[in-house]
Amino acid sequence: MNPFSSGTRLRDMIRAIRACKTAAEERGVVRKECAAIRASINENDQDYRHRNMAKLMFIHMLGYPTHFGQMECLKLIASPGFPEKRIGYLGLMLLLDERQEVLMLVTNSLKQDLNHTNQYIVGLALCALGNICSAEMARDLAPEVERLLQFRDPNIRKKAALCSIRIIKKVPDLAENFINPATSLLREKHHGVLITGVQLCTDLCKTSTEALEHIRKKCTDGLVRSLRDLANSPYSPEYDIAGITDPFLHIRLLKLLRVLGEGDADASDSMNDILAQVATKTESNKVAGNAILYECVQTIMSIEDNGGLRVLAINILGRFLSNRDNNIRYVALNMLMRAVTADAQAVQRHRATILECVKDLDASIRKRALELVYVLVNETNVKPLVKELVDYLEVSDLDFREDLTTKICSIVAKFSPEKIWYIDQMLKVLSEAGNFVKDEVWYALIVVVSNASELHGYTVRALYRAFQTSAEQETLVRVTVWCIGEYGDMLVNNIGMLDIEDPITVTESDAVDVVEIAIKRHASDLTTKAMALVALLKLSSRFPSCSERIGEIIVQFKGNLVLELQQRAIEFNSVISKHQNIRSTLVERMPVLDEATFIGRRAGSLPGAASTATAPSVSLPNGLAKPAAPLVDLLDLSSDDPVAPSSSGGDFLQDLLGVDLSPASQQSGAGQASKSGTDVLLDLLSIGSPVQSNSVDILSSNTSNKAPVSPLDDLSSLSLSSRSASNAGPVIDLLGGISSSPPTENNGPVYPSVTAFESSSLRLTFNFTKQPGNPQTTVIQATFTNLSSNTYTDFVFQAAVPKFLQLHLDPASGNTLPATGNGSITQTLRVTNSQHGKKSLVMRIRIAYKINGKDTLEEGQISNFPRDL
Amino acid sequence: MIHFVLLISRQGKVRLTKWYSPYSQKERSKVIRELSGLVISRGPKLCNFVEWRGLKVVYKRYASLYFCICNDQEDNELETLSIIHHYVETLDRYFGSVCELDLIFNFHKAYFILDEVLLAGMLQETSKRTTLRLIAAQEELVEAAKEEASSLSNIIAQATK
Repeated sequence: MNPFSSGTRLRDMIRAIRACKTAAEERGVVRKECAAIRASINENDQDYRHRNMAKLMFIHMLGYPTHFGQMECLKLIASPGFPEKRIGYLGLMLLLDERQEVLMLVTNSLKQDLNHTNQYIVGLALCALGNICSAEMARDLAPEVERLLQFRDPNIRKKAALCSIRIIKKVPDLAENFINPATSLLREKHHGVLITGVQLCTDLCKTSTEALEHIRKKCTDGLVRSLRDLANSPYSPEYDIAGITDPFLHIRLLKLLRVLGEGDADASDSMNDILAQVATKTESNKVAGNAILYECVQTIMSIEDNGGLRVLAINILGRFLSNRDNNIRYVALNMLMRAVTADAQAVQRHRATILECVKDLDASIRKRALELVYVLVNETNVKPLVKELVDYLEVSDLDFREDLTTKICSIVAKFSPEKIWYIDQMLKVLSEAGNFVKDEVWYALIVVVSNASELHGYTVRALYRAFQTSAEQETLVRVTVWCIGEYGDMLVNNIGMLDIEDPITVTESDAVDVVEIAIKRHASDLTTKAMALVALLKLSSRFPSCSERIGEIIVQFKGNLVLELQQRAIEFNSVISKHQNIRSTLVERMPVLDEATFIGRRAGSLPGAASTATAPSVSLPNGLAKPAAPLVDLLDLSSDDPVAPSSSGGDFLQDLLGVDLSPASQQSGAGQASKSGTDVLLDLLSIGSPVQSNSVDILSSNTSNKAPVSPLDDLSSLSLSSRSASNAGPVIDLLGGISSSPPTENNGPVYPSVTAFESSSLRLTFNFTKQPGNPQTTVIQATFTNLSSNTYTDFVFQAAVPKFLQLHLDPASGNTLPATGNGSITQTLRVTNSQHGKKSLVMRIRIAYKINGKDTLEEGQISNFPRDL
Repeated sequence: MIHFVLLISRQGKVRLTKWYSPYSQKERSKVIRELSGLVISRGPKLCNFVEWRGLKVVYKRYASLYFCICNDQEDNELETLSIIHHYVETLDRYFGSVCELDLIFNFHKAYFILDEVLLAGMLQETSKRTTLRLIAAQEELVEAAKEEASSLSNIIAQATK
C-alpha cells in the first residue's frame, strides 16, 4: 500500500492548515496533501475516496486548483452507497460548473439515481441537477423530473419543482410540459411544496404566455385564497418569524399575483381586497414584516390601476423613507424609482427627503437616491435641484464624484433653461470635478459657448477666474485654453461685459501665462498640450506684444518626444517666422460650431461610413481635397473662392486640434496623419499612407455634411475607420514580406535526416517533414535501431520539450526491438514551435527498455536539429 | 434568483461558496476577491445591500462571518436578508449555537444544510424543523452504511483468519 494513502484525517488536515503561520507554509501543507490525494487516486483507492473528496473540497475553498479530483466525483456518484453518493454530488456541485464537458458523463448516473428506490438518493440527484445542469442534461432528464413532481413524498416534489425551474430556464421550449403538474402543486398544503410550486408557476408565466393565460384563468382565485388563509392563520411555531406565519410564502405569493395581475383588469380586481389587507395589517417593526410590505407595494404598483391602493402604497413608501433603518430607506428609494412611472406627482412630494439621501454616508443609498433625483428633475425644479447637487459636489466622496458629475452634466444639458445658466453650472462642475467629466460633455460645452456669441467675453473671463483656483482640473484647463485662444482679446479688453460681472484687469501676458502654465504642467496630457499649442498660435496674432514670447514657448516644443507636439511646434513655428502675411487669416476665430449637427451626432445611430473602402482617394494638388471638407476649407488659404465655412460638429474637434497646415505639412508627407490629435499610435501607423487617411477624412466629412444623423460621436468612428484604412496597406506588406519569403519547398521533405542519438547499443534517427501551410509544425519520424546483440523488450520512448514548443507523440509501431539492426521501431512525433523562426528545436529524451528482463535506461538531449524548424 | 452564496470571514477567508449561475473557476475567485473587499470594508451602520455588476449583493455579518447572497436587481432585498437569517438559525439549531470553527471543521455539513434550504437559486424550505429532520434522516443512512461496512469487514476478517 502506498505510504501516502492512509493519509491524514480531514480534521487533522484542516488543523494543520490552520496552524500555518505563513502563506508559504500553507501552500506546503496543501501541496503535500494534494500529492497524497493524487497518489491515492492513481491507485484507485476505494476506501479513502470519500475522505479525499472532502479534503479536496476544503482545498478548493482555499483557492487551490483541484481539477484532478473531478473524475473522482463521478466515481463516487456511480458507487452504490448513500454516503459516497452524497459526498460525490457535493463535490460535483462544488468542483465543476455546467460548462465543463466532464459533466456530460454524469448524465447517466443522474438518470439512474432519479429512478432510485431510496428517496434520499433521488433527492441528491435532484439537488445536483437543479444546481448545475446544462441545457443538454435538462433536455435528457426533463421527463424524469416531470414524473417526480407527482412523487409521494412532498420533499421530493418540492425539489423536483425547483429543478423544473432550472430546466425551463435552460430549455424554454419544455415549459408547456410543466404547466399542468405545476398548477396542481398550487393546491398543496405542505408549505415547502406550495412555495416551490408558486416559484415554478412564476417562472412559467415569465417564459410562456400560454402558461400565463392558463394560470391566470385557473389559479388566481385559489392563490388569493391561499394568501388570505396564510395572512389570517393562527400562530404556528414551525413557520413563525416575528409574529408572522411564513413571510417567505407571503412574498412568493405576492410575487406570483403581481405577474398574474399585470395587464389584466379582472385578475387585478380579484386581488384588491387581500392586497389592501396585507398592506394595512402587516406589522412593520421587523425585517420580515417590512419585506412583505415592500413586496406588497411592488405588486400594488404593478397591477392594473386602483387609486385607493396606490395611495396606500405611496404612504407606506413615505413611511419607509423616513425610517431610521438604512435598509428600509434603501428599499424605499428603490421602490420609488419604479413608482415614478406610475405616479410621478406622488414621488415628487418626497423630493426634499430624497435629496437628503443623496448626501447620505452610505454609498448604496447615495447611488439609489441620485438615480431617483435624476428621474425627478424637470423644467420647473431643475435650478434648485442642480444647485443642491453642485453644492454637494464640493464635499462629496471622491469615489462618488464620477457618478454625481455625470448625472449633473446630463441634467444640466437636458433641462437648462438658458445658455448663461448652462455655462455657469458647467463651469462650476468643471472646476470642482473636471477630472471626472467625460469628453463629450466638454465638447458640448465648447459647442454651446461658440454658439452664444453674446457670452463669449463673459465665458472667457469666468474661465480665467476659475483657472486661477482650479488649474488641476484637466477638462477645465482644456476649455479655458480653447476659449482664451479664440476669445483672448475679449478677455483682455473686457469686451461684452454683462451687468452681473465684476470687471477684471487682465494683461495680454496674463492670458499667455495661463496657456503657458497649461502647456508646461506635467500632469497635462497630450490633448491639453496640443490644444495649448493651437491657442498659442492664435494668440501670437492677437497679441502682437507677446508674439516673441509665444514664439519662444513654441520653439521649446520643437524637440518634444511626442511626435504630435513636435510636429505642431515645427509647423506653427514656421507659420510665425516665415508666413507673417497669412498668419492673421490663418488664425481667425473659429466659425460657429454647428450645434444641431453635434447633437445629431451624439444621438444618432451608426454611421453610414461603411463605404470607406471604396472612397475615391482624391489627392488634389497640394493635398487639398475640395469636396466640401470643412477642415480643408478652413485652411485652404490658397483657394480663391473659399466655400462658406460649414463646419460640422463632428469634425470640430479635428478643427480644434488638427489645425492641419496642409501646405506646410504636405511636403513632409507626415502631416496628413495628425487629424485626431490624441491618437499617437494612429499617427505612427498611418505615416506611410497619407493618401488613404486623406480619403477617409473626406468621406466622413461628406457624410456628416449631408446627413447630420451620422452617429457615434466624432472621433471614435473617425479614427477607427481611418486607422483600419491606413493600416491595411503597410500591414499586409509587412506580413506579405514574411510569408512570401520562406521558400515554397514546404511540400517535400527538404530537411536532412539526423542521427539524433547514438550509444553503443541504440541508434535513433529523425526524419523531418512539414505540412504545407503550417510552418510552425514539424512532423518527425523517429526510427530506433538496436545495435547490440540482445533483443529489447518493453521499449518506451519519452521526450520533453521546453515551453515554447508543443509536442505530440503518436503510439510507437511496437515495443520490441530485435537485435543487431534486424528491424526497427518507428514512432511519429509532432512538434509545434510557437517561436518559429526565432528559436530552433531542442528536446530531451529518455528511452527505457528491458534486456532479458532487466531494466535499462538511456537519456540524452538532442540539439542538432536543422535550423528553422 | 440567487446567483451565488458566499461565506467570508472577516479576514477574507472563504468558508463556503455555492454557485447557482455558471461562473468559471477563474471568475469565481475574481468575484470572491472583489466582493470580500467591497463587503468587509463597509461600516457597521450602513445598509446591508451593495450594488455590484448589475446585481445586488445582500450581506449580513454574524460574529466574525459575513453571509453574502447575490441576487437579481429586482429581487426583494429584505426577503433575502431574512433568508440569510433563516439559514443561520437553521445552522444554529443544528450545531447548537454555531461558531466559525463549527463551519470550518464541518464545512460539508453546512453545505448539506444549505442544499436543503436553497436549490437552483430558489428557496426550498421555510421550516427549520423539516430541514433538520431531513438532514438527520440522511445522517442515519450514512451511519447505517458505516456500520454495515465495518460489520462486513469483520466478517471478511474472520473468514480470512
